[in-house]
Amino acid sequence: MGSIFKYCLFDLMRSKWAITYTLFYFVSCSALLYFSNSPSNAVASLMNIVLFITPLVSLLLGIIYFYQNRDFAELLLSQPIKRNAYFLGNYLGLSTSLVLSLLVGFGIPCIVFGTYELIEELGVLILSGVMLTLVFSGMALLLTLYNENRIKGFGYAILAWLFFAVIYDGLFLVALFWFNDYPLEKFALAATILNPMDLSRVMILLQLDLSALLGFTGASFRHFFGSYTGFFVSLGSIMLWIFVPLWALLKKGNSKDF
Amino acid sequence: MAITIENIQKRFGKQEVLRGIHLNFKEGTIYSILGPNGSGKTTLMKSILGLVRPDNGVIKVFENDTNFDHEYRRKISYVPQIARFPENLKVHELIDLVQKVRQEKADPTYYIQLFDIESYLQHQLKNLSGGTRQKVNLVLAFMFKTDILILDEPTSGLDPINVLRLKSEMKKMKADGKCIILTTHILQLAEEISDELVFLLEGQIKYFGTPAKLNEQTQMDTLEKSIAALLEVGPEGIKKTPNLNINSKGTHG
Amino acid sequence: MKKAAKFFHGTKPLNLSRMKFLAVVFCSIVALFAHGANIEVCPSCEIKSLRDALKVSQPFDVINIKSGVYIDHAIELTMPLTLIGEKGSVLDGGDQGEILTLHADSIIIKGLTFRNVGLSYTKDWAGISSDRVKGCRIENNTFEKTFFGIYLRKSEDCVVSGNYMDGEAEQEMTSGNGIHFWYCKNMLVENNQVLRHRDGIYFEFVKHSIVKNNLSKNNVRYGLHFMFSDNDDYLNNTFEDNGSGVAVMYSNFIKMNNNRFIENWGPSSYGLLLKEIKDGEIKGNEFYRNTTAVFGEGAMRMDISENVFTYNGWAIKLLSSCMENTVTHNDFISNSFSVFTNASRSYNSFDENFWSEYSGYDLDKDGIGDIPHLPVSLFTFIVEKCEPALLLMRSNFIGLLEIAEKAAPAITPEALVDNKPRMKPLWQ
Repeated sequence: MGSIFKYCLFDLMRSKWAITYTLFYFVSCSALLYFSNSPSNAVASLMNIVLFITPLVSLLLGIIYFYQNRDFAELLLSQPIKRNAYFLGNYLGLSTSLVLSLLVGFGIPCIVFGTYELIEELGVLILSGVMLTLVFSGMALLLTLYNENRIKGFGYAILAWLFFAVIYDGLFLVALFWFNDYPLEKFALAATILNPMDLSRVMILLQLDLSALLGFTGASFRHFFGSYTGFFVSLGSIMLWIFVPLWALLKKGNSKDF
Repeated sequence: MAITIENIQKRFGKQEVLRGIHLNFKEGTIYSILGPNGSGKTTLMKSILGLVRPDNGVIKVFENDTNFDHEYRRKISYVPQIARFPENLKVHELIDLVQKVRQEKADPTYYIQLFDIESYLQHQLKNLSGGTRQKVNLVLAFMFKTDILILDEPTSGLDPINVLRLKSEMKKMKADGKCIILTTHILQLAEEISDELVFLLEGQIKYFGTPAKLNEQTQMDTLEKSIAALLEVGPEGIKKTPNLNINSKGTHG
Repeated sequence: MKKAAKFFHGTKPLNLSRMKFLAVVFCSIVALFAHGANIEVCPSCEIKSLRDALKVSQPFDVINIKSGVYIDHAIELTMPLTLIGEKGSVLDGGDQGEILTLHADSIIIKGLTFRNVGLSYTKDWAGISSDRVKGCRIENNTFEKTFFGIYLRKSEDCVVSGNYMDGEAEQEMTSGNGIHFWYCKNMLVENNQVLRHRDGIYFEFVKHSIVKNNLSKNNVRYGLHFMFSDNDDYLNNTFEDNGSGVAVMYSNFIKMNNNRFIENWGPSSYGLLLKEIKDGEIKGNEFYRNTTAVFGEGAMRMDISENVFTYNGWAIKLLSSCMENTVTHNDFISNSFSVFTNASRSYNSFDENFWSEYSGYDLDKDGIGDIPHLPVSLFTFIVEKCEPALLLMRSNFIGLLEIAEKAAPAITPEALVDNKPRMKPLWQ
């Protein structure tokens, strides 16, 4: 696995995609931190970028890269290595490269332009980005394995992104209003935790919009996420989102014909 | 026995690609797998390599069941039909990569010189011609000096001189006691080089034996004509004449 | 009358030296005319308690209380006296009841520590209380667990300053207020620190009084609570982390300037709660991290200007019962929600504020944005209808809805608009 991982990582790291991605983060993060008159506004904008771009790039770059790798899978899989090792290597290579882009593209501007008060906000932001990368690059690999047809794979990737980024929240809101007569706190919490993008967003909100979350309902949410239960449930959900696609893709990878 | 294949079956969707293949491959022998497109040649080879997972049956490589262990592939080198490589790697990087993936040191110098690709080592794979790619393909497989070689259309894209080099190399390997399995559309090559032929049609073995014996059976003087004769019978006809399917269990009978 | 009080206590908040000077002059004059004797109280003295000292004292005497703990309660002061506590002098109520009650004018109490008044569900026991007195001065004392700290009834012209009060209150039911005035006028409350009471400072029917430079913190209910009190000013105070903020109710002509409302948060918490209040002025205050910075219900003709609202949940919530208020020249920076109203029309004006979320431009470079700003967001309405929707804050979906709503307002009141949004904040 090590060799496949290293190959994928270095291959990706010197690709123009990864460099563009890093630069994009670097420029937007620097600009926002440097020019924004209020640091929390900058964090809010950065949050939107992270929540918007990280999953999208993980999915699309993942799809492109895995389809490209798919071509010479035959060459590598005919060697004495385990299929799991091959796919894990691919997954880790992609996600590590994306995470490094994120860390460099975000980290350096944060160190240079960030202030000490923002350390928690930016920390949670970067952590969310890392989590989302891990979730959505796994999903990308899974999609390529299930779809030999590249156009289809691409379509599903965009659909998945749209679903998690927009459609899910729309349905969530409709459900909230539909069942407005019932106590909805638990449902709302569950719905939030079950979507990795929503979960990341709320984690950042807890840092950012502290005050608004201190109303009656907000306080109960804050209390939940501040508690050990909340922490472990959230962590568990993210882990599920990372490991279930990973498990599925390893299973599929093992039975797939090349 | 280098490879034992028992009752391999494989279907892709509705299409049955391999329908109960039984085969034995011995060391020190060159086998050519022949058959029209879609007869299951590549699928059979990929089954041996574990690239395709058969629905049924057992494949053993040096008595190791291929279902349980990936290490058996250490005994096998494979030349895929279409050489697809990580395009932005340089040739020497690819050679390194394969060694690293295999966790096995190899000495490709001899083959690099043999196929005359020394000047391409620093080139990126995407800039190579088809023929050169095929040579790289061969170097990647040969450099590990494995006991079993599986070559899918190894001559494709090669110029006559390199075909000659390849043939003589295969003969050398055979003399070294290796088991070589290849597919080819060039029947002269098959006739010239192979000790045994496997003729596949619609996922079944229609003939297994020496080229000479096939000619004898079909009463033709060249392999080309024999194959033509086999095919003229047509799919329905073949089913009616199972006696042609004589030596499917191996051995020269 | 108000003017006189103001003159006497000094009108400029920062001119402390002048204040002190006046105080010294005042004291000297009192001393000059009083010719009071000095009485010493200490555990080893001839007079071992304040109660004994009172038996021998004449009007305008000065009673010096030396270091020591004097356990006693229900001590009544019936003549003008000056009580001066030395360092370490403690009047301990032994949890039995009120410690000092003032029944005479011009009583001065300085430097004492009041402790352990005890809890009563029927009586508002206090460290010091008064009934119908004038000109009392309660300065630089310490109050620890005194239930009510200072409770002045129907009194006038008193000064409560420089006191430190910690009520150690945890629940509203079992706690009293730090400084509590009932039917008073011309009072001055300044430089006090009031911690952990029910209400830090409570005014009921108090007129023409000034509250300034106080710190009111960690109180269970309100940092400051005004009921039916008119013509009062509170200036330069800090209200921090109180259970439910500051409340001004049923009061007119209140000036609330240059105060800081910090981190007053909780389920129904406000930086400043305005209820049935008219003709007040809220100017130059800072609201930082309150759940709701300003909440108005039945507020009329309030001048809300030059304030800074930063990092609040809701900066301003005005219910439809609020009218003719002007919200101008304020800075709204990084609040989760800037303005909410449940009125479908706007009865209040919101011009020339700075809104950090404003996305317009200023082509003519006059410092005023060229397109008006609608500070009420659609999401505010969503959250008001269904609170759990808070979890969707800043989500893409809500973003899309907001854009649609901005393009064609269907729910948010179009009339609530800042026609001259400032490009730069007033305060930097």
